[in-house]
Amino acid sequence: MVFDTLSERLEKFGSSLKSRGRISPEDLDRALGDVRAALLEADVELGVVRGFLTAVKERLGGDVLSRSLTPGQQVIKAVHEQLIEVLGSSPLKITYASKPPTVILLAGLQGAGKTTTAAKLANWFKAQGRQPFLVAADLQRPAAVEQLRVLGSQIGVDVFSELANPVEVARRGVAEATRLGRDVVIIDTAGRLSIDAALMAEVGDISATTTPHYTFLVIDSSTGQDAVATAKTFHDTLELSGVIVTKLDYDSRGGAVLSAQGVIGRPVVFASTGEKMSEFDLFHPDRMASRILGMGDVMSLIEEAERNMDADVMADTASRMMSGVFTLDDFMSQMNQVRKMGSMGGLMRLMPGVTKEMRQAADNVDEKQLDQVAAIVSSMTKEERRNPTIINGSRRTRIAHGSGTTVPAVNQLLNQFTQMQKMMKQMAGGNMPNVPGLGKMAQLAARGAAARGGDLSSMEGLEAALARRPGAIVAPTSGGPKNKKKKGGRVTPPKNR
Amino acid sequence: MIALVVVATVALLFAAFIAVRRRQTRVARESLPSARAAMPSVLVHDIAARPDLDALDETLGSRLSSSRSVFDRVRSLGAGTLTQEQLDTVEEVLLRSDVGLPTTTSIVEHLRRDGAPEGVAVAVRSALRSSLTSASRELSTAVEVGRVPVWLFVGVNGVGKTTTIGKIATRRVAAGSKVVLAAGDTFRAAAAEQLSLWGERSGADVVRANEGADPSSVVHDAVERAFARGADLVLADTAGRRHTSSNLLDELSKVRRVADRAPGQVTETLMVLDATTGQNALSQAREFLAAAQVTGIVLTKLDGTARGGIVVAIEHGLGIPVKLIGIGEGPEDLVVFDPDTFVDALLEA
Repeated sequence: MVFDTLSERLEKFGSSLKSRGRISPEDLDRALGDVRAALLEADVELGVVRGFLTAVKERLGGDVLSRSLTPGQQVIKAVHEQLIEVLGSSPLKITYASKPPTVILLAGLQGAGKTTTAAKLANWFKAQGRQPFLVAADLQRPAAVEQLRVLGSQIGVDVFSELANPVEVARRGVAEATRLGRDVVIIDTAGRLSIDAALMAEVGDISATTTPHYTFLVIDSSTGQDAVATAKTFHDTLELSGVIVTKLDYDSRGGAVLSAQGVIGRPVVFASTGEKMSEFDLFHPDRMASRILGMGDVMSLIEEAERNMDADVMADTASRMMSGVFTLDDFMSQMNQVRKMGSMGGLMRLMPGVTKEMRQAADNVDEKQLDQVAAIVSSMTKEERRNPTIINGSRRTRIAHGSGTTVPAVNQLLNQFTQMQKMMKQMAGGNMPNVPGLGKMAQLAARGAAARGGDLSSMEGLEAALARRPGAIVAPTSGGPKNKKKKGGRVTPPKNR
Repeated sequence: MIALVVVATVALLFAAFIAVRRRQTRVARESLPSARAAMPSVLVHDIAARPDLDALDETLGSRLSSSRSVFDRVRSLGAGTLTQEQLDTVEEVLLRSDVGLPTTTSIVEHLRRDGAPEGVAVAVRSALRSSLTSASRELSTAVEVGRVPVWLFVGVNGVGKTTTIGKIATRRVAAGSKVVLAAGDTFRAAAAEQLSLWGERSGADVVRANEGADPSSVVHDAVERAFARGADLVLADTAGRRHTSSNLLDELSKVRRVADRAPGQVTETLMVLDATTGQNALSQAREFLAAAQVTGIVLTKLDGTARGGIVVAIEHGLGIPVKLIGIGEGPEDLVVFDPDTFVDALLEA
């Protein structure tokens, strides 16, 4: 299996060249061979891969590479930019019909997730302050209407259906929505194969009857090479306005998205990432590009942080950490902020450089374990929290009793905390701690901040630290086999590293 | 566990740090002459040099339309050593069928080494054929005396588990078997209704519980009922689950354990796989194999344009045989997998 992400492979390519100083065309071919393998691994369609490589080569044409001191970075940059270009530069803006309702038609293969997507989309419009209305025109699959009814009642959106042919159901559904004064109508249709002429004609009829403002193809993110053929046929019949990609929570890299988009030239508009109704949002091409490259999704992380965290608390703790002070109180307030952001697993997914083992371990973190940590810390006195070194044997026993845990659990927490403190000190001293993903995180965050027009002076410390420790950029060194044995095992390096 | 909190905390701290910074800079932005100018040159995008995408699209379109006849051309070529161009064509055909790069490369290397003494077509076919497993493709109902065979169906969301069970039930009942269906998908809205409708259609008995119930208990009840009524087979549905969540995989392991307890005996654990799935299917198969001891694959939706080449990689890499394929909506469209036909279909496209 491929362990390295594309970005890691390319970093390696870059560092292997440093000693030689010049890049030969063969070196570049080898690097692009890696890109090709990674794209195919991510299920990007072969034709799209070919065009992609040609375009990347053009980007790297001339003396771009020979002038650069970091050729690996240059290749990554070119690939990343090309990905964004292919995926489309910005999310589509939904404009609402001047004469409501705005009609949206969903189509796709069986099992792509249309029914769930219909409900999620309705939920999204509701959050935008609209009054959505669902029409269940999937009369093919047993209990599909029932499924949409259940989902509809969960999110508080009315569902229309009746026993008629799908075209008639869709027409009456839109009429009903108009009568009720709803401003968005979402029509769920039956899954159909692109080569099934009769069913394709049927969905064409639905489209002709209801004249939708938007027609979305719903496509599973783990789809392989076939995504292109499917997207083409649906586009020919329905004039798609965009694509909705589903099940992005799997470890698939979503190359299908890239292919479908590359061939029909329509943007991916929404992405559905999980089974919860809220796990659905506008699609961000730049983030998908990072994801295909295996670079995490720092921008989403930052947005999440902005949405959920108390900026003042964070700024306060951050400045304390940077000055090298870090107490158990700080740790607690950090942990509470982290928990506000949602599940550990979800967070880990957004973080660059995090290994699969760590992600899985994080997926399985029980909230109860976090409660236990909180209990241990709150069972300490103020003095103990400020200065944990005074915690001796009898204090440990007391804390264990007080928190309903055991002395080993208290010991473990204290040990981990000491490690963490050490890392904070290192960071304050301008050294990056050897935490997987952290270096890359800082790097990308800096880039992200820059791209958004922020100034870089705030990142100077980090940048400097990165420059001093180039090895830290790719540093999942401790995340390897050690982690496999023990879920959530120690990921900080041994002391004497 | 705590270590994860540490990593998450530190990383989030950066995120928050930047978020705070951004808020501050947003206020101070007007006073900055140009943020772009202050950036290191490596970060400034070179917008001028964008390649022409239209030209790219055109070649893609013509490539797509021509790819269908590519293999026909190769097939007509003679015996002997394969040229690089021929090998490239073989590679293209395999990659386009989702066979995947590692398996494709191994097949192409095999061809390069051994040549094609009896013609290219024969060589490619036999290379593909030999990457498929030699394990049995029979579906087993062989149990110890006094036990009921259980077939457990697993897979990610939306691959067609419930539909596959419905089809098998219809055919088994029509052939005179007494079948009990266990509605073990207690998660998805209306999944039990869907299975119940199949039960009504096929005449199989359905055991179901409320949404959110423990799937193991549903399967257990179904086995008990099957045993009490002297049924011949239990078909157990499970909720679609992502293969990356160990909690859900653990739940699946438990369902399998419970189903395998007397009087039940799991004789088949079938992973249902959508033929349109790409390289991700390999990790699906690996995880489900580990969690539920998968004995075979049901490859669904082969009637579309997808060719399901990824099963070559699964058979080649993991040795799990494909046992059934779905080639249409009707119960009669679920048929036994025939490797030779499959290989031909893969190449003829």
